[in-house]
Amino acid sequence: MIQVPDASGRFGKFGGRYVPETLMNALLELEEAYKHYSQDPDFQAEVNELLHTYSGRPTSLYFAERLTRHLGGAKIYLKREDLNHTGAHKINNTIGQGVLAKRMGKKKIIAETGAGQHGVASATIAALLGLECKVFMGEEDMKRQQLNVFRMQLLGAEVVPVLSGTRTLKDACNETLRYWVSNVDDTYYILGSVTGPHPYPMIVRDFQRIIGDEAREQILKDEGRLPDYIVAAVGGGSNAMGIFYPFVGDESVRLIGVEAAGRGVDTEEHAATMTKGRHGVFQGSLSYVLQDETGQVQPAHSISAGLDYPGIGPEHAYLKDVGRAEYFPVTDAEALEALQLLSRTEGIIPALESAHAIAHVMKLAPSLPAGQTIVVSLSGRGDKDVETIMGYLGGLKHESN
Amino acid sequence: MNPIDLVFERLQAEKRTALIPFITTGDPDLRTTVDIVVELEKAGADMIELGVPYSDPLADGPVIQKASERALRNPITLEACVDVAAKAREAGVKMPFILFTYYNPVLQYGLERFFTLLHEQGISGLIIPDLPIEEDGEVREMAAEAGVHLVPLVAPTSKARVQRIAAEAQGFVYCVSSLGVTGMRSEFHAGLEGFLESVREATPLPIAVGFGISSREQVERMSASADGVIVGSAIVRQVEEALPLLSDETTYRQGIEQIGRFVAGLRV
Repeated sequence: MIQVPDASGRFGKFGGRYVPETLMNALLELEEAYKHYSQDPDFQAEVNELLHTYSGRPTSLYFAERLTRHLGGAKIYLKREDLNHTGAHKINNTIGQGVLAKRMGKKKIIAETGAGQHGVASATIAALLGLECKVFMGEEDMKRQQLNVFRMQLLGAEVVPVLSGTRTLKDACNETLRYWVSNVDDTYYILGSVTGPHPYPMIVRDFQRIIGDEAREQILKDEGRLPDYIVAAVGGGSNAMGIFYPFVGDESVRLIGVEAAGRGVDTEEHAATMTKGRHGVFQGSLSYVLQDETGQVQPAHSISAGLDYPGIGPEHAYLKDVGRAEYFPVTDAEALEALQLLSRTEGIIPALESAHAIAHVMKLAPSLPAGQTIVVSLSGRGDKDVETIMGYLGGLKHESN
Repeated sequence: MNPIDLVFERLQAEKRTALIPFITTGDPDLRTTVDIVVELEKAGADMIELGVPYSDPLADGPVIQKASERALRNPITLEACVDVAAKAREAGVKMPFILFTYYNPVLQYGLERFFTLLHEQGISGLIIPDLPIEEDGEVREMAAEAGVHLVPLVAPTSKARVQRIAAEAQGFVYCVSSLGVTGMRSEFHAGLEGFLESVREATPLPIAVGFGISSREQVERMSASADGVIVGSAIVRQVEEALPLLSDETTYRQGIEQIGRFVAGLRV
């Protein structure tokens, strides 16, 4: 396959830099710095050391034997990103970008967050590296994820409530970009997913590819061959891109992204960007977008705050359109069922985001012969969601308005 | 000749600075927007920016964000926005129209159809705030064919990019007064005058300043170094404040005139 992105930040036709002129020099400066440091052994060593000693990498590839037996069919392996420091894959990226910010001489970082996982990971790295940190979070998400709000504050970050638009991740991203436009001179923006303008989709993918690099080595060791399927949840798509990327060239490996169907793709309340969206420009890049016929971006819905996003990273759009990856929707109800199944069969409470991937595996595994293997990205642990889950399962309606 | 060029030519002869108001189209509804346009020309506007409301206005501060939300309460199409210009012309408006829109609505409408529409409805200029020069090749070409000026933005952070942007500019160069989104402010970028000078050196075209300009004093200050001044949020705020008047037929005209008086007061 050809190398993507190209020099102008394009994955095929997708990607690019659709931002106000005020940000262009900052993006070019970031690209320049990243090109330089990504080749610098000293930078790489610092990042790798932190991934190892601070976050606890490599994370294990765990054979979910009881889940496999329960479902019948293909062997299921879980790539345990939930075992990272702060409980999700998000830290892989914030360690990388945090060290990059420091090397670039920036003292202040900003970040957007949906579920709060990227916000916590950003606040964590800011504390570790002695950087000032502001996290922008939709007011609605602050309600859904109170625990993470408090965690960020404990870590010394300022959580800025976003009151505009949908008051969820989409508008938290807008507000972070607006803040960056005003403070671009001394502030580094740690974008949390493989979304936004070039070079972010490339940088975040590169910092997240460690998930796939490790998984590839681990499965070859355990099984002596490549897996048949990789399954990962996609909101913006960073954990999926991270685990997909090292397998993109392995054509026998089917890459499956699972998106949030909310209350169903035929309702108005879902976040199924690939299933229901069209090509469009949103938050800095050309990709698939949930939008109406006039190009207004539609609010998304998912039980999972981390998937509640009407866009998706441009490299996913590219992989879909060239036929290299496939994307399937999973509803809130299916995700909740999967979360309970994994909790009971394996003693692992997954994040609601990751539960979407498990839900797809529940459909996929029984349809496959026992000789096949599936590697699932278990992107995060479910502690942050326990209150939400309790609300749903206890029959207490805990919904966004 | 493009009407924007004619206006700047005339104003230069008169040694005056162009006053360019921005309003959000469809805020609170399309009929009111037409009436505001008519009133603003009477109040001394030399050309006008019609903002297309958008769900995710990245370059805009809270005032224009809210105006967009108000306008989007009713479904609104690009055609309907452009039709405001046609209706205003029927009502006697002579000044040039500049359409200000984020890129996605244009992309969804279709570039070819879009430029046909602008050409047919006599829109003279186009500003797309999220389309930097790296991405504007196709749009630039089609705009030129349609005889529509694609007006670029330059920012105090543009630095070496000013040359490149200015070299491609048509109509005028839109200089962003400060780092940040649109919205009223008391302070501009510390190096503003120097920045404007650098843009001036880079282009023979007129230069206009916008973002954050809200008072007559500020218009006056900007007039010293620019050929045009764009006032957006301050006028949109006037519309917001006039909403109670505009919502009642008996006070409707009063609301329109109140907005007009504010703009008349900005003229230097």
